[in-house]
Amino acid sequence: MGSSEFYGIATIGYIIAMIVYITYLVSRNEGIGRFATGITVLSFGSQTVAFLLRWIEAAQMGARSFWRPPISNLYESIIFFVWCLILGYLIIEFRYRNRSFGAFITPIAGLALAFIEMSGMSKAIEPLVPALQSNWLLAHVTMSFISYAAFGLSFATGLMYLIIRTESKKEPVYIFWTVTLSVLIILLAAMGLDYLKFKVAITSQEQFIRSFLMKATFASPSTAVATASWITALAVMFIVWKYGHVLKRVILSFNVTAEMLDEITYKTIAVGFPVFTLGGLIFGAIWADQAWGVYWSWDPKETWSLITWFFYAFYLHARLMRGWRGNKVAAVAVLGFVAVIFTYLGVNLLLSGLHSYGEL
Amino acid sequence: MEKAKSPEKPLVDRVWDFFASVKLAIVTFGLIALTSIIGTVIEQGGEPEKNLEVLRKLFGEALAPTLYRISEALGFMDMYHSWWFISFLVIFITNLVICSLDRLPRIIRLVNEPLNPLPIERFRAYPIKSEIKVESSTDGVRNSVRHLLGKMGFKALEVSESGNTQFYAQKGAYSRYGVYVTHLSIIVIMLGAVIGIFFGFNGFLNLPEGYYSDVAYERNTNRAHPLGFTIKCDDFDVEFYEGKDMPKDYRSWLTITKNGKVVKKQMIEVNVPLKYEGYTFYQSSYGPSAALLQNPHGIIILRVTSTTGQTRTVNLEMNGTFEIPGTGIVGKVTDYSPAIAFRNDGSTFTYSQMMNNPAVYVTFSRDGKELYSGWLLKRYPRTWNLPDGNRVEFIDYWGMQYTGLQVRKDPGVWIVYLGCLVMAVGLYMAFFMSHRKIWVAVTPDGRKATRVLVAATANKNRPSFQKDIEQLISSIHKEIQGGTHG
Repeated sequence: MGSSEFYGIATIGYIIAMIVYITYLVSRNEGIGRFATGITVLSFGSQTVAFLLRWIEAAQMGARSFWRPPISNLYESIIFFVWCLILGYLIIEFRYRNRSFGAFITPIAGLALAFIEMSGMSKAIEPLVPALQSNWLLAHVTMSFISYAAFGLSFATGLMYLIIRTESKKEPVYIFWTVTLSVLIILLAAMGLDYLKFKVAITSQEQFIRSFLMKATFASPSTAVATASWITALAVMFIVWKYGHVLKRVILSFNVTAEMLDEITYKTIAVGFPVFTLGGLIFGAIWADQAWGVYWSWDPKETWSLITWFFYAFYLHARLMRGWRGNKVAAVAVLGFVAVIFTYLGVNLLLSGLHSYGEL
Repeated sequence: MEKAKSPEKPLVDRVWDFFASVKLAIVTFGLIALTSIIGTVIEQGGEPEKNLEVLRKLFGEALAPTLYRISEALGFMDMYHSWWFISFLVIFITNLVICSLDRLPRIIRLVNEPLNPLPIERFRAYPIKSEIKVESSTDGVRNSVRHLLGKMGFKALEVSESGNTQFYAQKGAYSRYGVYVTHLSIIVIMLGAVIGIFFGFNGFLNLPEGYYSDVAYERNTNRAHPLGFTIKCDDFDVEFYEGKDMPKDYRSWLTITKNGKVVKKQMIEVNVPLKYEGYTFYQSSYGPSAALLQNPHGIIILRVTSTTGQTRTVNLEMNGTFEIPGTGIVGKVTDYSPAIAFRNDGSTFTYSQMMNNPAVYVTFSRDGKELYSGWLLKRYPRTWNLPDGNRVEFIDYWGMQYTGLQVRKDPGVWIVYLGCLVMAVGLYMAFFMSHRKIWVAVTPDGRKATRVLVAATANKNRPSFQKDIEQLISSIHKEIQGGTHG
C-alpha cells in the first residue's frame, strides 16, 4: 500500500468519526464515545503512516531531498493542517477527559479533506521551484500550519462558547454565531456542488478551481439557478437561526462549562499566537528576504497574515479589558480563524483572481 | 487598569491616560487590520485601468469611476504609504511605548519584591495547597525538603522559629517582563524598517550575459542609482527538472570590478545572493537578451568528439563553421530556437521566447557535399550523437539570456532581525514561562511525626505547577518511607 491508500483510510476514518462523535453527542452512550475515539486514533495513525510514506516516496523519486518533509503544496499543507488539528484535539480529549469537542473538530478535519477531493487539486508529488528550496520556508510552512491548527481548535471552542452562552434569539451574539455557522455550511455546500457539476472539467490547477468557484450556484450563468441559490442560502441561515438552541442543549448536556471553553480557547491561542508570530511572520519575512531581497513588501498574502496577527493580538489584549471578557472575545477568536482561512485560501482563490483580467 | 477620569486632571495626564489605555490598543489593532484589507483588494502601485476593472467587478459599472476617484484621493492605490495609514502606525507605536512605560514601574516592583514567609493560617488560602503528615523526625524531613526544592530549581530561603521551619522560594519572576520585551521588539523592528526606508536602496538590474553596469535602477522610478563599482554578468544558466519546463535552479556568475581591479567573483542562485559594500544582489528572474537588446550577440559553444576520441571545444557565431577533428567533416550552424518542439510530422516550432529548450540546427558536409543535418538539443544528450558515431555536444548559446537581479541596500535589516530575535525571547517569556512562588512549612507533630504544609501560586499555567507540587509531595514520601496523608 502506498501513501494515498493510507490517506484514503484516514479521510474515510475522520468522516466516520465525525458521524460517531455526533451520535455520541446525541446518545451519550459511553461505548459509542470510546468507539469514536478509537476510530480517530486509528485514522490519525493511518495518516501518520501516509505522511511518512509520502516523505519516503518523494525522496525515492528524487523529486525532493530527504530532509524536506511533504508540506510544500496546497494538498500537502491541508493534510498537514488536519494532522496537527487532530493531534491537538486528541491532547485536549485526554487532558480534559471530554469527548464532546470531537463533534466539532472532526467535521473541520473531514471537511478539509473533503475540500481536497471537491476542489480536485493536484496530489502529485511535485518537485520544488528554486525559491521554495529553503530551510526558512520549511520552518515557515511547518510552524504556520501548527498555528493554524491551534487557531482551528480555538475557533471550535470559541464557537461552542458562544453557542452555550446565548439566551435569546434576538441577541447580537446569537445572530453572529448562527450566521457564521450557516455561512460555513453554505460555502462548503456550494463548493461541493461545484465539484459535482464540474468534476470532469477540473483537472488539477488552482487556476481551474478559481474559474469554477461558485459557478454551480451563486455565480451560475443561469439567473434562475443563482436566485435559487441565494434563496436557499437565506433559508439555511433561517433554519440555523431558528433551531440554534437545540445545539446549545446538546452541548450543555455534557460536562462542558463556559469557563472550560474559555480556558481552552485562550490556551490554544496562547500556543498558536507565538508560533504564528515566529513561524508565520518572522520566518516568512526572513525567507522572503533571502529569496527575493525584501523582508516585507505588503503583498496580499503578507498583509493578510498581518491582519490575522492583529486579530489575535486584539483577542489577547481585549481579554485584559473589563466588558470584553466572555462573548466578545470569543467572537474575536471565531473571526480570527475566518481571517486564517482567508489568508490561506481566500488570498489564492479570490484576490489573485481579482487581479487578473480573467473572469472571476 | 483603567484609571478613573476626573475633570480636574491636567491635560498632560489625560493625554497620557489616553495613550496608555488598552482600549486605544485594540481600537488601533482593529483599524490597522480592517484598513489593510483595502490594500489587498486594490492592487498597490498597479495600473489605473487594472484597478478600475477590479472596482467594476466589485461595485458595478456605474459606481466604479466615482469610487476610483475617492480611492485615489485617499491614497488607496498606495495605501501603506499614505498619510493616514502612517498615522495609524504612529498611534500604534505611541500607544505601545506609553502603555508599556505606564505599567512598567508596577511590574518592576512586582519582580523585585522580596518574598516573605507566609503565616501558617494563610497557607490554605492559596490556589495550590497540600498537607501531609510523615512518620519521621523533623530533621530528616527538613533535609529532604531542602534537597527536593533545590532539585526543582528553587533557591529556597528558610526561617526557623521554635522548632517550626518554613522554606520559601520563587522563580521566573523575570517572565513578567515578557510582555514588555515583546513590545520593545516591535519598536526595534519598526526602527529598523524606518532606517531601511530612509537610508536604504531598493532596485533592480537586468544584465545580459557579457554586459556590465555601474548603476542599478530604483524600483518605482527607474532612476539610475550609482553603485560605486562595476558589476558584470559573466554567464547565466538555468537547470530544469527532467522532462519539465520547471526550473530547478538558475545561477549567474558575477564579477565586481572597482577602480579597474577585480575585487569579487561569485556565483549566485535563488537563495544565495552576492554581497558587496552593503549592496546585496539577489537572483530574482531571467529572460532572453532579445528583450533588452536589439541584436543580442551570442556565441555558440560546442564540444566535438570524433570517433577516434579527439575532443575539442569550439566557439562560433550563427552561420559559423567547425570541423570534427581528424575526419574532414565540417559542421555549419544555420538555425536556432530558444524552445524547440516537434510536431507529429517531424516539423518544428518555437513554443517560447524563454530558453526553455534551446536547440541549434547543424548541417554536416565533407568536401562541399552534404552528409546529414539535424537539431542538437541542449537538454537532450541523445540528440548529440551523429549517425556516423561522432558526437557534438551543445554546451551553451552564451549571450542569449539576461539575468534579473534584485539590488538592495538596507542598513536597517540587521536591526529588524535583532527585533525578531528579541520578539522570540519575549513571546517565549510571555506565553511559556511563569512566575512561581512556593512556601513549605515543616512542623513537628507529636514526638515522632512531622507535618508538612505546602502553598504555591503561579501567574500562568497553574495546572502544570500543581503537577510539580504533587510530584514534590510524593518524593518527600519516597525519601522518608512510611508517610501517611494527613
